[in-house]
Amino acid sequence: MGIQRGHKARPLEWIAEKVILLVSLSAILMVFLIFLFVARESLPIIFGQMNSSVASEQAIDPEKMSEVPRERLAAYLDLTPQEMTEYDDETLKLLLEVKAEEIANAPTDKDATANTVSWKYLIGAHQWSGNDKPEYIWQPVGEIHKFNIIPLFIGSLKATLVALLFAVPLSLAAAIYVSQLASPRAKEILKPAIEMLAGIPSVVLGFFALIVMATFLQNVFGYESRLNAFVAGIALGFAIIPVVFSISEDALTSVPRSYTQAALALGSSKWQAAWKVVLPAAIPGVFAAVVLGFGRAIGETMIVLMASGNGSIVSGSFFDSVRTITATIAAELAETVFGGTHYRMLFLLGTMLFAVTFVANLVADFVIHRLKSRLEGKV
Amino acid sequence: MDTQSSQLQFNPPPVDPDFGNLHVKSRDPISILFTGITGVATWLIIALLVVVLGNVFYHGWEGLSWRFVSTVGGDPFDVQKAGALGLIVGTSARVILMTIFVIPVGVITAIYLTEYARNNSLLTRIIRGAVNNLAGVPSIVFGLFGLGFFISFIGGGIDSLVLSPGEKALWGRPAILWASLTLAVMTLPVVIVATEESLKAIPQGLREASLALGATKLQTIVKIVLPQALPGILTGGILSISRAAGEVAPLLFTGAAYYMSGFPQALTDQFMDLGYQVYILSTQSPNIEQTRPLLYSTVLVLLLLTFALNIVAIFVRARMRRQMRALQ
Repeated sequence: MGIQRGHKARPLEWIAEKVILLVSLSAILMVFLIFLFVARESLPIIFGQMNSSVASEQAIDPEKMSEVPRERLAAYLDLTPQEMTEYDDETLKLLLEVKAEEIANAPTDKDATANTVSWKYLIGAHQWSGNDKPEYIWQPVGEIHKFNIIPLFIGSLKATLVALLFAVPLSLAAAIYVSQLASPRAKEILKPAIEMLAGIPSVVLGFFALIVMATFLQNVFGYESRLNAFVAGIALGFAIIPVVFSISEDALTSVPRSYTQAALALGSSKWQAAWKVVLPAAIPGVFAAVVLGFGRAIGETMIVLMASGNGSIVSGSFFDSVRTITATIAAELAETVFGGTHYRMLFLLGTMLFAVTFVANLVADFVIHRLKSRLEGKV
Repeated sequence: MDTQSSQLQFNPPPVDPDFGNLHVKSRDPISILFTGITGVATWLIIALLVVVLGNVFYHGWEGLSWRFVSTVGGDPFDVQKAGALGLIVGTSARVILMTIFVIPVGVITAIYLTEYARNNSLLTRIIRGAVNNLAGVPSIVFGLFGLGFFISFIGGGIDSLVLSPGEKALWGRPAILWASLTLAVMTLPVVIVATEESLKAIPQGLREASLALGATKLQTIVKIVLPQALPGILTGGILSISRAAGEVAPLLFTGAAYYMSGFPQALTDQFMDLGYQVYILSTQSPNIEQTRPLLYSTVLVLLLLTFALNIVAIFVRARMRRQMRALQ
């Protein structure tokens, strides 16, 4: 007769433990579901199964309306589900007749036969009739919907670059000051104060950039368009300062105090100890902070939606209006047809964004983990 | 080898943490210069914070009347008639719903990670990785997820079960329930991290004492560990609320409406929202100069709400950290 162990001894304990384990798996499940459900909508485009060319569209005979599934009808007529329920059969029939006529009269020239959601058009420049050279165009309105994603990526990167150039030096300097140089009492005030910046909702920063900062910066620098990558980038910088600050401050603080004490004992000043001993030891943490700041900036929506001007212009100037990936999704999704090409295009942008931030997080996570175990002497 | 053995033998008594923080006056000009530069950078960040808050308070204060915060509905672009009560109630309702979803899941996950999981097992590392990743997913992607998963998959699924074909969609459309669930997924990491921190702060000896007296692991967690960790769990809840209260991007497609004449009555209703209204008033206003006072007052209400919560959370956390240091 041995001692009973495991689930036989205490069934309640055993069940509770299993339930707790199951619930804690929900974080994994959610990451998986997010990827699954965002990527799912964009699969037809990724695998090139969609055709958006105007000339390829087949007209639906208005007389055979009842034979066609309603989802198909909605996509065909560019109607939202709301509109579908509101219109009666008479109206739908009328719309079908108009559409059939439109298709009969559709242009069959070179532009109209282009499948604008194939990868060639998504990332390559194309010379549309009327342009004198190949161009990258995101223009999901009008006769031919152009879905080139290059202007959006350039827009996102421009705003993010400005944000990093503005926020990283400031936050890193502040992190060095707060963790190494400031008196303990000053530290107790400064740290929460900077962290409070994280409490400002991004829509408020966007509002501030749009209403106050845009005019102020335009007066100072005298550029032409009031809303541009520069304004949006500075406002984005506000949003990532707390991220970069907290993580680099954490990394600097986790460097053992004995490092500083040894340097001070050898006669260095506090600044020299911070700059030449502590910072080099914590540099992977600073790198991780920058990577996370990048991920945060490229994924931020409201600030860029409100302050970037939203013009999809490809140019080298930071003072031109830009349209970012996030702002495009936010501004356009409400007007798309459920399941249509434009709708799926925006989900494709979301999938790409998810992939970029996923990699950024993974890299930062790995670097911080390695740094911590090294400083704790485990490696 | 030598250093290791000497480390083992030499056990210094606990010292004042500020020991060695020698306040040596530096004579080196470069050191003085750079210390100054970093100090200026720090204060510059705080100045930016003060400018943003000061601007909003200065311009928003005038329009903040009792009439404004107690009126429901009214033309949202009319400075004289628009009211914020619908916005405040909508925002509060979605945030409270979210808390109901996120707190149990977040707390239980944190309990698993601190009390049950072996520290370096593969599963633990994957869960931690997932939590970190969830924290980094852009908010607009959560919006897409809410639309694709909650509204069309779950909501549409319910509709196809309960409604006859051709009937107007009830669950498969933007609503406060779906917005709250989307936000709950988004703020899950905040709750997990805050709860974990507070669970780790509880001395191991307390658990061991409880177990030694014959309590089971579950009893120890429910009766000893959780009551002690309550401030931390509250902090997590408050932080997730303040994060969610100001979030707009996930709501764009999941349920925010810019005008409603009353409060949301059911889980399937849409709702008005402070942050969303700030976006609408800043970008869609027919006359930005005229509606500016209204915009500022709305921003002020939103900031007061999130900051009040943040300050409470900061205080609770600071107290907790002090207690933790005292216990160790």
